[in-house]
Amino acid sequence: MNALKDYIDLYRENRELLETQSPETLNAMRPKALEVLESKRLPEKGDPGYEHISIEDMFAPDRGVNINRVAIPADTSSAFRCGLPNVTPLLAYVINDTFVPTRELDRRLPEGLLFCSIKEAALKHPQILSRYYGTIAGLTDTTTALNTLLAQDGVMIYVPEGMTVDRPLQILNLFNALTPLLAVRRILIVVAPGAKVKIISCDHTLPEAGNILSSLVTEIYVAENATLDFCEMEETSARTSRCAGIYVSQHSDSDVNISSVTLLCGTTRNDFDIAVDGSGCRTRLSGMAIGSADSVTDNSSRVRHLKPRSESTQLFKYVLDDRSVGSFEGNILVTPQAPFTQAYQSNRNIIASQQAKMYTRPQLEIYNDDVKCSHGATTGQLDNEALFYMRTRGIPEHEARVMLMQAFMADVIESVRIDGLRERLRMLVENRFAGTTMACGDCHTACNKMEDGK
Amino acid sequence: MTKLLEIQNLKASVEGKEILRGLSLTVGEGEVHAIMGPNGSGKSTLSEVLAGNPAFTVLGGQVDFHGLDLLSLSPEDRSHEGLFLSFQYPVEIPGVSMTNFMRAAINAKRKYFGMDPMPAAEFLKMMRTRRELVELDNKLASRSVNEGFSGGEKKRNEIFQMAMLEPRLAILDETDSGLDIDALRIVANGVNKLKSPHNATIVITHYQRLLDYIKPDFVHVLYKGRIVRTGAPELALELEERGYDWIKEAEDNN
Repeated sequence: MNALKDYIDLYRENRELLETQSPETLNAMRPKALEVLESKRLPEKGDPGYEHISIEDMFAPDRGVNINRVAIPADTSSAFRCGLPNVTPLLAYVINDTFVPTRELDRRLPEGLLFCSIKEAALKHPQILSRYYGTIAGLTDTTTALNTLLAQDGVMIYVPEGMTVDRPLQILNLFNALTPLLAVRRILIVVAPGAKVKIISCDHTLPEAGNILSSLVTEIYVAENATLDFCEMEETSARTSRCAGIYVSQHSDSDVNISSVTLLCGTTRNDFDIAVDGSGCRTRLSGMAIGSADSVTDNSSRVRHLKPRSESTQLFKYVLDDRSVGSFEGNILVTPQAPFTQAYQSNRNIIASQQAKMYTRPQLEIYNDDVKCSHGATTGQLDNEALFYMRTRGIPEHEARVMLMQAFMADVIESVRIDGLRERLRMLVENRFAGTTMACGDCHTACNKMEDGK
Repeated sequence: MTKLLEIQNLKASVEGKEILRGLSLTVGEGEVHAIMGPNGSGKSTLSEVLAGNPAFTVLGGQVDFHGLDLLSLSPEDRSHEGLFLSFQYPVEIPGVSMTNFMRAAINAKRKYFGMDPMPAAEFLKMMRTRRELVELDNKLASRSVNEGFSGGEKKRNEIFQMAMLEPRLAILDETDSGLDIDALRIVANGVNKLKSPHNATIVITHYQRLLDYIKPDFVHVLYKGRIVRTGAPELALELEERGYDWIKEAEDNN
């Protein structure tokens, strides 16, 4: 059993084809990735940092990779649009791992703003792509090295110096392969000095899709004085697995607000690595996970303070029902070079059934005396007193539970700074808890079916 | 008199300890009953059991509520059928706004009776008029239920909810505790304004002072899980003067 070896073999056997279909910058990284991977294996359950999830098991089932870049059609018009009330985002689709711009997207983009496939960025702005690609994520994490070995395309966003992008950019990722597929995506976001942008990235699995594994590496560079809001939402299916790494490098006086919302998933592992590589930075990382059926949601975060006088806040909340499993491992690292750091981390969880399980491990590593840091984790059940109080006012038990679970997530939703998205998230979360089949209106994605298991 | 509530030989326990030991009480429409008694006599247990708190176990007895077997109903159905409990310690619910909370409550009741949800404008108007009854600040409507409310605000909020839900039987559990004299007057005024010939109130209290404002028709003394004395309003004054020891002695020597 060695899934990694299978994928390395796949790469070796198809190297020429794979590289012909890929930008040179991506190809240039592959030999190093291969070298790193040859001495490694994918993490298994029980390995340090992977106490409750096996990446090996996630990658083990035999799946195809779309090396030849065959266009797999998806009816985007019938698919869910993560519409935002009163806001029209600049929208692009990613079908499995292929970028598909909406009509006239180019024409509607402000001059100088890049929002395109990595392939297109390689043609038009190779110097920007090669300057950042692979530099933020590195190759230390095995799953990221594997992604680097296989990735052929993805999304590039570049916001030039001083530009404030008024409308949010939205990447709508649709998984739509009929046969088992490993979708290998990269997202590269560069926010130049003083620029401001808000980005939403949502993952959805279409109902007819087969077994999907999504390997995603997101690299984010936020320059001096820049502001980035990034919200990623997963609303996929029980048959979708996700192995994602978000790597952020942020510089002096920048402001980064990242939200990760796992509304519905099969097995999900998210790694967050934020390097606060400047002074006067503000960082907010919020996460929310709603578990049901047999879903597994495993989040691991590292916020690394490398320079003095920055502030970071992490908040992760889980509500776990049925037999779902949640796991959170949170790290704050304050290096000797980062005095006067303020870093906070909180993880709070509700277990809504007898069988659900939550594992949490908040950690602080501080090599400095002049810091303000805190961390904490709580796991409990819904407040029975509140539940009874609501019922005495005539609110049926099920509805009262939904209201309490919704209320529990309120502060994560409030931390989102993208207009319209808070409202939409409130609705999505409420519908998710209520278990309605109308989660997103006329949406046809698998997540809208809400079946238990399939 | 038309009977509204009839409790017969009610026995109940909490955490394995029997608290109510054969309590009987009849309340008619238009009546105000005061239930007094020393600490630990079972006053709050009675209100929790009537409201349907699942933490309490009914061991025996019957409760008829205008023809319904009250004990077989869920807490929410008891509410729909017109039972209201004003909590001694109102619960804080962070993240749920008063407006959403009340809207859910009102519409659940309407659904129970086969009615459509209340139109928004009508609901907001209702909120406003009922709020004025207990002089509750408008700002509280947008705040989370009871979160950060003062003791007096919490109790006024209970009576506000009562005004919204228009119960047939309201049980006020120690509503006077923690209230200063002004808040007490406001709360009592609210209760009195809601009084009609068709509803009834059970006032559970330690002290006579609330009864100066909400005049009872009957005063009952609860001791060791049973009603051991029932009398006219003057009984409350006598208890205020003499305390409970004479009743305890009389009962314990029985």
